[in-house]
Amino acid sequence: MASYSRREAVLLGSAASLAAILAPQMALADAKAVEDEIKKLYADKKADAGRIKLDVPQIAENGLVVPFTIDVESPMTDKDFVKAVHVFADGNPQPWILSYRFSPECGKAAASARMRLAQTQNIVCIAEMSDGKLFSTKSEVKVTIGGCGG
Amino acid sequence: MTTNSVPRVRVPAQAKAGEVIEIKTLISHEMENGQRKDAQGNTVPRRIINKFTATFNGKMVFESDWHPAISANPYQSFMYKAKESGEFKFVWKDDNGSDYSATAKITVA
Repeated sequence: MASYSRREAVLLGSAASLAAILAPQMALADAKAVEDEIKKLYADKKADAGRIKLDVPQIAENGLVVPFTIDVESPMTDKDFVKAVHVFADGNPQPWILSYRFSPECGKAAASARMRLAQTQNIVCIAEMSDGKLFSTKSEVKVTIGGCGG
Repeated sequence: MTTNSVPRVRVPAQAKAGEVIEIKTLISHEMENGQRKDAQGNTVPRRIINKFTATFNGKMVFESDWHPAISANPYQSFMYKAKESGEFKFVWKDDNGSDYSATAKITVA
């Protein structure tokens, strides 16, 4: 874990107190909610580590707009391509952020978008290959100002 | 407050066959997540764009299902391997049933 400068520590502290104020009004998801969503999609199938590059900021100052990029390693041919990618967040009111469906026409299974994050939390990404294999990865984003609106 | 949803897309005008190009899209939309409360304390009903699709000459290239955690004025970029000249069509589907669409032509040498 990186050490924080005084400025960052103060920002994180204020985010924590903000989260504490917001928390009673909002039912937030947890890691189990994310697992449940993934179970709905793929039952108990095991996902391997690797092949997904999830690019998220380590610290997001504004939870309303958090850019993220997903890049899954694949030849993207008609026989071997990335079918779908799902992205979840374990500390948002609703854990499911988005799903992508790729085709071999993409040439590269990469996409960028922007999400809202209510608080500091883990982003979980799961990729389904054309042969049915699953891969997953996880990355934490520290959010200084939550993006739920008020 | 509702704004008109205006899509904007950036597709290179030309590409070499086999080249993987990046396509960037943006649409103006509130993406009301259904969690917010108005001044009277009533929950503002959810209204988001829930689906984005990109086709090339009528064939599916890329699709995305969006949930309320997608930021306002959603941006989406993805890749495309240029094969032949033709036209992209992009469609955004709103919760209220409307569709917004945009097209872009590309010449492949």
